[in-house]
Amino acid sequence: MDSHDPHDTPHDAGVSRRGFLTSVSTGAIGVVSAAHLAASTANEAPPDMTAADGQRAVTITVNGEARRLSVEPRWSLLFVLRERLGLTATKTSCERGECGACTVLIDGETRYACMTLAVEADGHAVTTLEGLMQGEALGPVQRAFAEEDGLQCGFCTPGQIMAVEGLLQKTPAPTIDEVREGVSGNLCRCGTYAHIFKAAQRAAELKGARS
Amino acid sequence: MIPPFAYVRARSIDEAVALLARPESRPAAGATDLIGCLRDEVFTAKAVVSLGGIEAMTGIAETADGGLRIGALTSLTTIVKHALVAGRYPALAQAAASVASPQLRNQGTLGGNLCQRPRCWFFRGGYDCARKAGDTCYAMQGDNRYHCVFGGSTCLIVHPSDTATALTALDAIVSIAGPKGTRSVPIQQFFVLPEKDMTHENVLAPGELVTTISLPAPRAGLVSVYRKARARASWDFALAACAAAITIEQGKVTAARIVLGAAAPIPWRVEGAERMLIGRRLDEPTRARVAAAALNGATPLEHNAYKVAMLRGVVSEALGSIG
Repeated sequence: MDSHDPHDTPHDAGVSRRGFLTSVSTGAIGVVSAAHLAASTANEAPPDMTAADGQRAVTITVNGEARRLSVEPRWSLLFVLRERLGLTATKTSCERGECGACTVLIDGETRYACMTLAVEADGHAVTTLEGLMQGEALGPVQRAFAEEDGLQCGFCTPGQIMAVEGLLQKTPAPTIDEVREGVSGNLCRCGTYAHIFKAAQRAAELKGARS
Repeated sequence: MIPPFAYVRARSIDEAVALLARPESRPAAGATDLIGCLRDEVFTAKAVVSLGGIEAMTGIAETADGGLRIGALTSLTTIVKHALVAGRYPALAQAAASVASPQLRNQGTLGGNLCQRPRCWFFRGGYDCARKAGDTCYAMQGDNRYHCVFGGSTCLIVHPSDTATALTALDAIVSIAGPKGTRSVPIQQFFVLPEKDMTHENVLAPGELVTTISLPAPRAGLVSVYRKARARASWDFALAACAAAITIEQGKVTAARIVLGAAAPIPWRVEGAERMLIGRRLDEPTRARVAAAALNGATPLEHNAYKVAMLRGVVSEALGSIG
């Protein structure tokens, strides 16, 4: 099995045919999970080690939906979101925690998906830009970026929107300094920061208007 | 793609110690530095030992004597937002707030921030440099604009940690667990100069990990501050930094710690300058004399003479914000 083949991606929750094949072909996952469960009650059981060439069964709640996946220890959450789950709004750019294009929320906190191992996201809740959609309609932060022209080329925009979403979940009515701080981990090479700040403040209004 | 490694989650400190005793096992706390180093192949890992599930290593608790115990896995964001940290140890809160970006502070931990590897571009680049057990420190001949002005010998890194500088001024104690049991080290003895150990920034032996950082109860009259100068204000490592912890009683300084950051391979305490403050009022002439004295003995390299003036400036600003 070529584990990097993006066509091997289970796009649906539950045991899809491909997900089932992945589980079978990587072997012993059920056994490993059982050992892990036993370990939580009897601490002397050996820890659940995943080999460098093996895969580990994880469950990550992505945009409200529990996704059961087999992942290599070295895979980033970014790789898994894009290449295994087909959620391509989260952008790959620097892959070294310097640009913010891969910003997602993990348990409500802004994080770089490129700097997070997928195995470390096991048991946690991840929100991506796709998760801000309200059906086919844009969510309030997305709408604010459109209204305020908070983008030029648009490549950094999903990350900027997630940074603003994360900020507003903690600080619903931020000052301009709090907005600057909130998006300080997100670069925009077009330099449209002034519009991004405006979009963040508009987003706060739109979210406030909804509640 | 990062080269493959095995992965295991430690469920206790003892289990982490046992797992880390294996060759080329690396601990993962926030893992922001770990992932960067693995991706750039600064070093390799046969196994990554996740510490995330170890409850005993998280959180901030007040000690019986009025100090604080901070679990090594406590996130920098948690430290920034903690009322007791901001109230009693503002230098630490300010240093933690100045680290990287909101995303990285949400993920990065205090223990990880202390144990992060240097940012030297030769060390991070593909150079087989002295810190990687090679023959040469490339910063001696190459572009050394971000390198040290104190304490360099056969390697010219600066320590990259903001919180290390603040915690040194605050006389923190670092608790360590390892194969031979636990030990506690005053933070000034935690970091080591290249002349003592060229390939490690601290005293951690194989299999050891930082479990807790403790702060002594603040004396009455203690004021502390962290100042950081950087090329990009929104998010960058320090070009020059200063943490000062000054105790003032009846208008006069009775105790002082002044520590320079981004100046040396370790947080660099300037004791001569500290002594000049004792018994004095923190007035402008005293601050200027002390700021100048703090850079006595600095030995700038070909491209970093600016750091001497910049460090003098951050010392002056730090003392000025207290005085």
